[in-house]
Amino acid sequence: MPLLSVKDLRTYFHTRNGVYRAVDGVSFNLEPGETLGIVGESGSGKSVTCYSIMGLIPQPPGRIEGGSALFDGVDLLRCTPKQSRSIRGKRIAMIFQDPMTSLNPYMRISEQLVEPLLIHEKISRGDALKRALAMLDAVGINDAAKRIHYYPHEFSGGMRQRVMIAMALITQPELLIADEPTTALDVTVQAQILELIKRLQREFNMAVIFITHDLGVVSGLCDRVQVMYAGKIVETAETRTLFYQPRHPYTRALQQSIPSLQPKGAELFTIPGMPPDLSKPAIGCPFAPRCAFALPKCVEREPQLAEYNAGHLQACIRVQAGDL
Amino acid sequence: MNTPVSPSHASAPASPATEPILELKDVKTHFPIHQGFLFRRQVGTVKAVDGVSLQVARGEVLGLVGESGCGKSTLARTILQLLPTTSGAVILGGKNLSLQSAEELRTQRKGLQMVFQDPYASLNPRMTVFATLAEPLLVHGACDKSQITARVAELMERVGLAPRFMQKYPHEFSGGQRQRIAIARALALRPEVIIADEPVSALDVSIQAQILNLLATLVREMSLTLVFIAHDLSVVKHISNRVAVMYLGKIVELGEASDVIERPQHPYTRALVSAIPTPNPDVERNRRRIVLPGDPPSPIYPPAGCTFHPRCPYAQEKCKTAFPPLVSYEGREVACVRLGEI
Repeated sequence: MPLLSVKDLRTYFHTRNGVYRAVDGVSFNLEPGETLGIVGESGSGKSVTCYSIMGLIPQPPGRIEGGSALFDGVDLLRCTPKQSRSIRGKRIAMIFQDPMTSLNPYMRISEQLVEPLLIHEKISRGDALKRALAMLDAVGINDAAKRIHYYPHEFSGGMRQRVMIAMALITQPELLIADEPTTALDVTVQAQILELIKRLQREFNMAVIFITHDLGVVSGLCDRVQVMYAGKIVETAETRTLFYQPRHPYTRALQQSIPSLQPKGAELFTIPGMPPDLSKPAIGCPFAPRCAFALPKCVEREPQLAEYNAGHLQACIRVQAGDL
Repeated sequence: MNTPVSPSHASAPASPATEPILELKDVKTHFPIHQGFLFRRQVGTVKAVDGVSLQVARGEVLGLVGESGCGKSTLARTILQLLPTTSGAVILGGKNLSLQSAEELRTQRKGLQMVFQDPYASLNPRMTVFATLAEPLLVHGACDKSQITARVAELMERVGLAPRFMQKYPHEFSGGQRQRIAIARALALRPEVIIADEPVSALDVSIQAQILNLLATLVREMSLTLVFIAHDLSVVKHISNRVAVMYLGKIVELGEASDVIERPQHPYTRALVSAIPTPNPDVERNRRRIVLPGDPPSPIYPPAGCTFHPRCPYAQEKCKTAFPPLVSYEGREVACVRLGEI
């Protein structure tokens, strides 16, 4: 049984300039212990998908128009606030891109670390502090006994992200959602954090949803990758399949535009045009206007995700028709 | 700190065949740290750039890489003299910029332009594209008033924007288009050297490729010299002829781009290269990654000797005594005393 099962999730933002269909019919399953990568460019709906699951969409202007997200039998989109509090921060934890803005600058690290424990578990303050200390050690902060009393500004960016991870994992969640956790960090620090997430995932046997725009990060970390474009999933497959046998034209184009995969000095492959305006109603495939393989039939009806091989789904009608 | 002047400009440089257009001689940019209100006194110095010597040949693309805080942006601003040099010389086309008056500098800057990282912050939101591009032309009198519209249209076409968008404001454009406007602005005065400080790191992958292609085309067609600053080594490798790797205000490795990135010699470059995630699952899962311990040290209290030694897997006692000078090694310059041993 999947740990998390999202079905036909639709999250729209109602603004003065129209309705933005940020997430438009997203469905996926996540098994216990699995690592799922969600890739896409900015505005593709990868973060909004996870924010919707976590109930972090500001309403208004956002509104969850439909769908369900079953976590262990509870629909996260419709459960009572009490139910949602017992899951969020306890069984599902989240880490964000910018560790400076997600830590409270007025609170010592120790206070912030024990907070989830005091809320979710029957535990004394002293025991909670002991657990916090052990967790700080586990994420690789030297001299944790002293540093636990520091304020966030006394840490560097990489250390703050370690503190964030410690805070998220202190309740031993079954699912960790990581929203571009290394984008704001230097490559050498990024390597440290990725190794850390990998190690902790093995130790705690938790599932991870890793949101990123960097295909390189995904390739070493994830079991399965899901590519999003204009609020929809266009392709999802096991990592090796997605990298070596991508089917959807957008996935292929995205891979081709990575500089390191192209011969030096040659003209880089580019995707012409820009992502569509999500407030304008669109018929057919959202990628069709930029797609090198588009035919008139691509804009006639909306493509559906269909199985290409076992576990490999993609939403291109030309691939489905067998002519690509 | 008495860093010995690196012998890089004395020995034969790696590739420039022609006369260098831009030359840095032992450039240092230090920032004093003051403390106290009534009795302000200097309590320390941030050595953001600490003895950088470089030569950039005409038509060359030099990549400058390093982590945040290593001084690459400060170096860019020092080259443009937006920050005064503490010591050393920035020489553009034979003229020492650090010695010139404000007036002379203004004329010199026509030949030296900059593209900044964030196109959302570097364009004035209250100026139309026309106003943005016409301003440098008017300030420098580079173009007859009646010709301005034509020149602006030409610039816009040059960077792949339709001239009919001339009267639009920056908010009406996407990130990639804004970066094109910023590039057009840098090109307005027909500069010889452009310094691009992380011009693509705020953009999405597909848009990044467009801007890189544009820069490469401009360099080729207008025989520009480009100093390309980035933290993404794969981007730098793609566009640069040579690459300089900086760590804590100093250059630690300098050489031909694909050579340095494919066969790095300095331990820091090795770690940097191995830290880049590759979009290739089989390679990524099987390779051994050098994970550096800790964070880059503070430039206020740099470690004694080689500034990299506290994080270096090969550090020895001798690394703690003096910062090693850049020496020629296998067709490039590297600053490490343990070269050849590791």
